[in-house]
Amino acid sequence: MKPPAFDFLRPDTQEEVLETLHRAGSDARIIAGGQSLVPMLNMRLARPGVLIDIMPLHALRAIREERGEVIVGAGVRQAEFEAWPQLAEKLPLLSQAIGWIGHVQTRARGTVCGSIAHADPSAELPLSLIALGGSVRLASRRRRRTVPAAEFFLGMMSTAIAEGEMIEAVAFPVAGRGTGHAFREIGRRHGDFAIVACAAVSDGQTTRLAVAGVDDHPRRFDLPQEDGGALDDALNDIAWSLNARDDLHASARYRRELVRRLGRETVMEARSCRS
Amino acid sequence: MPQLTARNRHRVAFRLNGRQVEALAENRMLLSDLLRHELGATGTHVGCEHGVCGACTIQVDGAPARACLILAAQIDGADVRTVEALAPQPGRLSVLQAAFREKHGLQCGFCTPGILMTLDAFLTTRPDASEAEIREHLSGHLCRCTGYATIVAAALAAVEELRKEQKENA
Ligand SMILES: Cc1cc2nc3c(=O)[nH]c(=O)nc-3n(C[C@@H](O)[C@H](O)[C@H](O)COP(=O)(O)OP(=O)(O)OC[C@H]3O[C@@H](n4cnc5c(N)ncnc54)[C@H](O)[C@@H]3O)c2cc1C
Ligand code: FES
Ligand code: FES
Repeated sequence: MKPPAFDFLRPDTQEEVLETLHRAGSDARIIAGGQSLVPMLNMRLARPGVLIDIMPLHALRAIREERGEVIVGAGVRQAEFEAWPQLAEKLPLLSQAIGWIGHVQTRARGTVCGSIAHADPSAELPLSLIALGGSVRLASRRRRRTVPAAEFFLGMMSTAIAEGEMIEAVAFPVAGRGTGHAFREIGRRHGDFAIVACAAVSDGQTTRLAVAGVDDHPRRFDLPQEDGGALDDALNDIAWSLNARDDLHASARYRRELVRRLGRETVMEARSCRS
Repeated sequence: MPQLTARNRHRVAFRLNGRQVEALAENRMLLSDLLRHELGATGTHVGCEHGVCGACTIQVDGAPARACLILAAQIDGADVRTVEALAPQPGRLSVLQAAFREKHGLQCGFCTPGILMTLDAFLTTRPDASEAEIREHLSGHLCRCTGYATIVAAALAAVEELRKEQKENA
């Protein structure tokens, strides 16, 4: 269980990163917190020719608010985001969700953007980004572009990041007045990847429900302001639309049941906690 | 900065347990292996090498982290503490270590260094830690011997003792 050999770049500037990504193409790989990539290297599931460590780049290490969005740079660790004093006020959904990512010991290293780039189907941060309708800021040597979350996650660990591109930052819209947020997750043990996780945002008219852990990427649905049997029917349709599969951790049937039950609790909580 | 080539070993310099150290490491060398094989700091244990068991947990710049998920090259310039740093002097245990001994917080001891480093980091910043918070921090560690109850008891005893010490010093 040791990584294969690779060249290693500790850049002084972001230009160096983009230049190397351009030159080496798919042979280059960014390393941020290393909490997903190093296990993959150790198990030889990844064999990059060159690893580019972006953590020395101080410009990427900022959290800032800009035109109604919280912009989290690629060098911001999950623990730093968790400790950001304005998190509960600006991003109540994230302040509920972030403690579910792995453990204290992995959040101390893992980055926010690294989790978005890794795009695990049950990961909490991609789910939250989808639920809030955030976006991902990409950069390559030639251009910069912003991709909405709904177009970013394409499948199991597959995203809209093109060859030569890196994530510079992700943007989460600041919670609006009068919106309610809720996050629920079921895993085998606390800190394990979710079997099913749900995030909901309610503005009084519609409730948006996002679900992770079932389909191969997090999915989002808009629910009308209905209750009782109508809500159950809507949740049942969602549960059946997610291509649930049996695996080592849970059966497809159990996952659908979790979508119905956890989904309902999450929706009701988001509606009831509107500020 | 030039690209460090895969075939050669490169210099890494960092603080280890309060002392500046230097070593030569291939890019692909894990910090856990650098500590154990190059620097002889074998107190840090290695179980799973994919971040799950917690045996290799050390402190990097004050925060607990998995040594098996850090490349040696990533640690250049950092401040690293391992279990070897805990005892205040030879033949004496820290408050936390003494509590583990007193409460039977270890049996085979394989998981212990990692757990101590997590709890040491946590109790240093939060001497008023609750049992729930202690359990939350322990969720990042696997112990196959104790069933965890004695570990929690040891951590709570350490909290108590640290509080007493704080009062006496105040
Ligand atoms: C024991 C354990 C439990 C965990 N539990 C959870 C969990 O419950 N939920 C969860 O969501 N995650 C979990 N994780 C993974 C999480 O800790 C990682 O932090 C996260 O998935 C990746 O972030 P990172 O910064 O560590 O990225 P890295 O591991 O450094 O990189 C991951 C991938 O993203 C790419 N990448 C990173 N940054 C960029 C960038 N800026 N631009 C382009 N590509 C980039 C890398 O090339 C690589 O392919 C767990 C990990 C461990 C070890
Ligand atoms: S050896 Fe590092 S977590 Fe298991
Ligand atoms: S004491 Fe043996 S694994 Fe914990």
